[in-house]
This record gives sequence, C-alpha cells and structure tokens, in this order.
Amino acid sequence: MASYLILIYDDEAAVERADQASAHALLEAHREFGAANGAAISGGNALVSTESATSIRRDPSGELTVTDGPFIETKEALGGYYLIEAADLDEAIAIARQVPVRTGGVEVRPIRVFD
Amino acid sequence: MAAGSPLAAAIAEAHRREWAFVLAATVRVTRDLDLAEECVQDAYARALESWADGGIPANPGAWLTTVARRRALDLRRRSARFARSLPLLLDERYEPDEEPPHEVADDRLRLIFTCCHPALAPAAQVALTLRLVCGLSTTEVARAFLVSETTMAARITRAKKKIASARIPYRVPGAEELPARTDAALSVVHLVFTTGHTAPAGERLLRQDLVERALDLARMLRSLLAADREVAGLLALILLTNARSATRVSAEGELLLLADQDRSRWDQQAIAEGRELVREALRRRPPGRFALMAAIAAVHAEAASFEQTAWREIVALYDLLGEIWPSPVVALNRAAAIGLADGPAAGLRALDELAAEPRLATYRYLAAARADFLRRLGRTAEARGAYQEALLLTENAVERAFLAGRLQALDPSLPAPG
Repeated sequence: MASYLILIYDDEAAVERADQASAHALLEAHREFGAANGAAISGGNALVSTESATSIRRDPSGELTVTDGPFIETKEALGGYYLIEAADLDEAIAIARQVPVRTGGVEVRPIRVFD
Repeated sequence: MAAGSPLAAAIAEAHRREWAFVLAATVRVTRDLDLAEECVQDAYARALESWADGGIPANPGAWLTTVARRRALDLRRRSARFARSLPLLLDERYEPDEEPPHEVADDRLRLIFTCCHPALAPAAQVALTLRLVCGLSTTEVARAFLVSETTMAARITRAKKKIASARIPYRVPGAEELPARTDAALSVVHLVFTTGHTAPAGERLLRQDLVERALDLARMLRSLLAADREVAGLLALILLTNARSATRVSAEGELLLLADQDRSRWDQQAIAEGRELVREALRRRPPGRFALMAAIAAVHAEAASFEQTAWREIVALYDLLGEIWPSPVVALNRAAAIGLADGPAAGLRALDELAAEPRLATYRYLAAARADFLRRLGRTAEARGAYQEALLLTENAVERAFLAGRLQALDPSLPAPG
C-alpha cells in the first residue's frame, strides 16, 4: 500500500458566491464520499479561503518575511485535501474521481517515503 | 557477421517480432523497467554469439525470454544491484523473493497499458511505447519525432520515474476501465501512424519505419484484444490508408493528391484485409471513431476513380464521426467532402463556417482546402492569398513543394517561389 494526497482545487469566487443550500449539498457530498471510502481515507480537511492565508518566504537578502495572501495566486486555489491509502495509482485515481468538486478538479500526489 | 547473413536476418526478425514479449516477461522478474531492458539487450547480444555457434533456435522468442529472465534472476540474487532508489513495479501475482512461475505468460498487454497510461503525458506515452514495446533505441525515437536525443532521453527517464514513484501498476485494467484504457492505447498507435504517414516536418512525406511500427502495434493489439471492434477499426484504418502509400509521391518526389494517384498500384491485398476488418468494426453500435475513419478510407479504396468516389457516403460518415468525435479536423474534412459532393462553392461555404474555429486558425490543411476551392471557382487573387497562407504554415518539404507549384500555376508568368 502507498499513501497519496488528493489536493482539491476549486474556484474560490464560486465557492464564496454559493448559496446556503448548495454549500450544504457540497458538504453532504463530502460526507457521502467519506462514508463510501472510509477504509482508504486516513485524513482530510477543508481549508479556509486564501483570503485568510499568510505566506512566509525568504526575500532577496535571505530574511524571512511574512506577507498576506497565498504562496501562489491562482484562480483555482487549494481548498482542501484528503490523505488516502491505495495499492497503486489506478486505485488512487478511482477514489480521487469521486471527490466532490464544484468547477475545479483534484490533483493526486504520491507521498514520498524516506528509507 | 555480414549484414545480409541469415543470422543477422534472424536477429533482426526476432527483435521486431519478439522484443515486446521478451521484455514484458522479463519485467515480471525484475519489476523494474530499466533493469529489464538491460537484461533483454544482454539476451540479444548473447544470441548473436550463441546462435552463430549452435544455430538459430526453433523458437527464438522462448530462447531470448529464458536467457533474459535467467540474467534477471542472477542479478536479483546478487541483490546489491536490485536495491533501487525507486520502488518496484506493482504486480499482484508474486513477490520478488519467489521464483517466477515456470510457465511464461504473455505480458505484452500489461506492458502496453503501462506505457499508454493516461497519467503519463501523451508524448511520453508514444515515446515509451516505441522504446519498450517496439524496442526502438532512444536515438531512433528522437529522430522519429524530430527532437534532440537529450530531450527524448529526458522524456523517457521522466516517464519511467513517474511509473515507479506514482505506482502506475503493471497490469491489464479491469473490465470497467478497459474500454477507456484501450482507447488511450489505440490513440498512441494512431499517433505513431499519422506521424509516419505525413511527417510533420522534414524532407520526406512518409516515414515508412514509423508506419510499419504502427502496423506491428495494431496487429499486436488485434491478436491480444481480438473481441474489441475499435482495435479492428484501427488496424483497418492503417491498412486501408497505407495501401495508397506507394502512389502518394511521384517518381520525381512530388506530392500526388488522391485525384492524381494511380489506383492500379494500390495494395489490393491490404485493401481486402482492411475491408474485411471494417465490416467487423462497424458491427459495434454505435460504431467507434476508428471504425468510421476506416469506413471512410474504405470508400476511397473501393472507388474506381476520384470522380466516381461516393462523396455523399463520405459526407454521411463524417457526420456520424463528428457526432461521436467532435473535432475541428473532422469538421474540416467534412467540409472538403461537401465541396467534392456538391461543388467548390458549397465546399467554400462549409469551410467558411469553420473560419472562426481558433484551433483551425493555424491548421495548414484549412488554408490549402480554401485555396483549392477558390482556384476552381476562378477566384485567383483570393486563391493566391490562401496558398501563401498554407505555405507559411507547412513545414514538410514535399507538401511545401506541392503548394508552391499550385501557387505558381495560378500565375505562370511569375518565377517559381523558393
């Protein structure tokens, strides 16, 4: 078995605009996804929107500076993730396909193993 | 060893016919693509010596498989070499500590589906398939796609790394995934074929080496997935299109359009085989895209002359194709067929409907088709502009010479453009 991180990217503006009923439906879809794949899921969270993000990076002089905003500005931002266990990429993809998203999509990344 | 000797011929034949089988069976032992390739290359090198002394074995593929797998087992026992930085390929059948089963299974489909996995970039899928399934060297694959050897080597290495690190399994997909994954494999073979059929750039119109590899791959898939109608469709498409290859360029190296080809020199055996396969491919409801493309190629192959071609049937087949495989190129071919069924004015109208399609804006065949209809309507000035546009977009030397010739024929008083 191997671990994969499923990163969920979605249009934040669309998420913000969503009315209560559709936000509730999305949450419900995630609950159903979690129930259907409970054995494979070992973790996962939704993130507060990138408006709340703070980035810390080195400036040219090598000093760490703290700034407002996400590390990389994109239309479709990282909004949540699942950590799953799967035998191989095909199994991971089969699970990732079921992750509810609004307009965006997901990225599947193997977790690096250090000996 | 003389290049034309029976031994050289036997090795070359074994390379072409058996490479995929031998490599696929060896991957099962090494569970590492690089190591398996080394073992298989080593087996071919040994064959050169061993067959010279002891004669060519009755079953060269079995001989090569045994030698390659024995070498892989040796390396595995001296496991220092086996401690790889990358994880091993996944294979549910046995653990690497066990002896491989005595019976050698045909693992070619596993190898093909691993190379054509949708998680790999399309260019990488094609490169890996040519390298691992066809046994081409990195130099040969690089030359086929007109990229530097360094670029191609990096592309292949990156793809192999992803197979190991993302754990793309060495497996034939289950029934649910099989149709989509088979389609991905067919797309790879089709791309090898189209690249060979009309080289995107370069001096030669055809790259017969690539066409033959595509034909080998299509035949291999046909033997391994005999029930799949789209596999039959792709093999038919390649056979029927390639049946015209000898007549596509004149003795002087000039491009000959379908209208000007000597139909008596088309390969009738390939056409007969292709037509049989089209009938089978069309039994799927609804027919797939390769079946429909093959059916169009069959209508051309059956026509006694260009004028007697059943253009309405071709337009109808493009209509069906456009429904299941909507693409600007299909729309363009449909428009061109309308022009041949209903005359150049109708064809031009159909082409102009596509002018807004951004993906066709830089497509050389749109400008070339417009130029042809404008020329036949006597709208010389506009035809000249369209030919000039097509020339700007065309990089294949044989196609360029054809367009330059048409341009000059519009106005014979002008010198031929360079």
